[in-house]
Amino acid sequence: MAVRKPPITTREYWAPGHAACAGCGCAAALRLATKAFSEAMEEKYGDPNAFAIAQATGCMEVVSAVFPYTAWKAPWLHVAFENAAAAASGVEAAWKKLGRKGKILAIGGDGGTADIGMQALSGMLERWHNVVYLMYDNEAYMNTGIQRSSSTPYGAWTTTSPPGKYSIGEDKPKKWVALIAAAHQIPYVATASVANPYDYIRKMKKAAKIDGPAFIQVQCTCVPGWRAPPEKSIEITRLAIETGVWPLFEIENGDFHNIKIQAPGGGAKVKREGGRVVAIEFKKPIEEYLKLQGRFKHLFKQPEAIDQLREQIKAMWKTLGVEVTLPKPEE
Amino acid sequence: MPIRKVMKANEAAAWAAKLAKPKVIAAFPITPSTLVPEKISEFVADGELDAEFIKVESEHSAISACVGASAAGVRTFTATASQGLALMHEILFIAAGMRLPIVIAVGNRALSAPINIWNDWQDTISERDTGWLQFYAENNQEALDLILIAFKVAEDERVLLPAMVGFDAFILTHTVEPVEIPDQELVDEFLGEYVPKHAYLDPSRPITQGTLAFPAHYMEARYTVWEANENAKKVIDEAFAEFEKRFGRKYQKIEEYRTDDAEIIFVTMGSLAGTVKEYVDMLREKGVKVGVAKLTVYRPFPTEEVRELAKKAKVLALLEKNVTFSVGGALFQDFSRALINEKEKPVIVDFILGLGGRDVTFKDLDEALGIAQKALAGEEFDEVNWIGLRKEIL
Repeated sequence: MAVRKPPITTREYWAPGHAACAGCGCAAALRLATKAFSEAMEEKYGDPNAFAIAQATGCMEVVSAVFPYTAWKAPWLHVAFENAAAAASGVEAAWKKLGRKGKILAIGGDGGTADIGMQALSGMLERWHNVVYLMYDNEAYMNTGIQRSSSTPYGAWTTTSPPGKYSIGEDKPKKWVALIAAAHQIPYVATASVANPYDYIRKMKKAAKIDGPAFIQVQCTCVPGWRAPPEKSIEITRLAIETGVWPLFEIENGDFHNIKIQAPGGGAKVKREGGRVVAIEFKKPIEEYLKLQGRFKHLFKQPEAIDQLREQIKAMWKTLGVEVTLPKPEE
Repeated sequence: MPIRKVMKANEAAAWAAKLAKPKVIAAFPITPSTLVPEKISEFVADGELDAEFIKVESEHSAISACVGASAAGVRTFTATASQGLALMHEILFIAAGMRLPIVIAVGNRALSAPINIWNDWQDTISERDTGWLQFYAENNQEALDLILIAFKVAEDERVLLPAMVGFDAFILTHTVEPVEIPDQELVDEFLGEYVPKHAYLDPSRPITQGTLAFPAHYMEARYTVWEANENAKKVIDEAFAEFEKRFGRKYQKIEEYRTDDAEIIFVTMGSLAGTVKEYVDMLREKGVKVGVAKLTVYRPFPTEEVRELAKKAKVLALLEKNVTFSVGGALFQDFSRALINEKEKPVIVDFILGLGGRDVTFKDLDEALGIAQKALAGEEFDEVNWIGLRKEIL
């Protein structure tokens, strides 16, 4: 009987027994990332374990390394909130001197990356360390409760961006760290989603095999933070892609003229010119994505706020060089 | 054969780093210690030091990269001062808590505001509770020697704590003196290769470093830092003894000068000790019974040595280039604590002086002596005295 090869290694580096919530999208993101890393190391160095992890303070750190336990089956280091990139720089430099083959994976959430960790990230990328930086983006500070970060999308409820008489919730558009990373003209930048694991694995492997810095921003749900049912995590992140909220793209060597945009699925019509995506006509309205999450519940009482979000998403796609049509739900 | 070169303390620190052969140095330039990473980058550029030199974007990242490198199992060094050390503050606790034997050379400088690049000890003194060992150099030779000793003590399995070596901004960092550079072979024998048993990021034996600890474990982790500081007292003595045997220069946690029949002992640190020794020589010629005690080691605090010292004098006059508000200087607190339960103890008079690079002159020391003599005579005196303060511009 033919035995099908598993699509990704059965080796585990993110072990069962961590304390993440049921349905945590970010736990899935870390598990897949380390598996993909392992495959890349095996293919590149013949050693599936040839990597170490430097991780920022954040929800994935506090759920995975509670003394005297650990969920990590790879060498793993946590220092502080804002310095995963700097700590990874040090580890990489040490490995170079020790003659140790392999690659460093730095992991930070959106707060530890887009806000307080931005300077260290920029320094690490600019110095060209042989590190893949993975930003798991659950769009708020989730280990301290649910406070807004600069990666929180417009309109989202958080405990520090509460909707109220004078507030729509978060009142600023989301900061796109992947584009900031790409401005360093590093070899590889990508966005990814846990709802598209094959694409995510491919990107992690590609990043891991590159000599030099790479940056990947993966969107993943936070069950309590997004006010969403645990069993809907993957469905929600898939809808983010299919409605245009979360673009999947790759930028190599900082070439903004050659951004590789991936087709979003969900019935969207993609227009290409010379192989390059220039326009996308989305079929599913962003409301389909928003309505599954309690953090956007209040927006449905103010449809103009959703229109505002639609305009911001269009503007973001325009930055990527793509004209998009975002439908409104049928009346 | 050791060579003698005329150099600044910054260069001496860079030479010490070169001799210690760290594998990773991460540094950010800051006055007055900038020459340390400059010189090290030259050593690396010329192939005289086989190390990775990480040109980080801030001191916070400098110490973070040092933690990363040290956690990966290599000897690690950096240099900084003042605001730079303050920017490292958060990570200094982490380096100590994770028991990583990083060594920092600090060009002791005042803290803002107002911004001031000159010497006092407020930068390192403000880090006294981080768990780091603290050494203070009187001259450029001591800057070099104490960095080597700091590595030796920090990496000892009984200690495993990071260490900082302070040397005074401009007074030492930018002043040339003859310095003996020891033979590399002897330094290699003294320090040995750093092979950590506890800190490594090796895929063949994966461990987790830098965990979260609940209330059930946090206190015990803090206690081990306490214990390591206590252990360091003996280890420092051993390292001093071994250093003297190999290199011929003697160090003590508290170095005494003409204290034997002294009624008043000035207590100080760093380059000020040199000034006060001269001053004491002058007074001795006039028959005044004074001496000097210099703290070479400030953390761990040499409590036993302080108690021994206290038996020798009627008045301890502390000369401090730092302030602990509403208390006086930090040494005042430390000395009071060390002596409070002693049956017989000297009077302690505290002097704050030389802040932000203000010269400490013999005239200033005369003023301090006058107050100390009042205390000696049983007259009223202020416990805390700001010396050389320009009251007319207040």
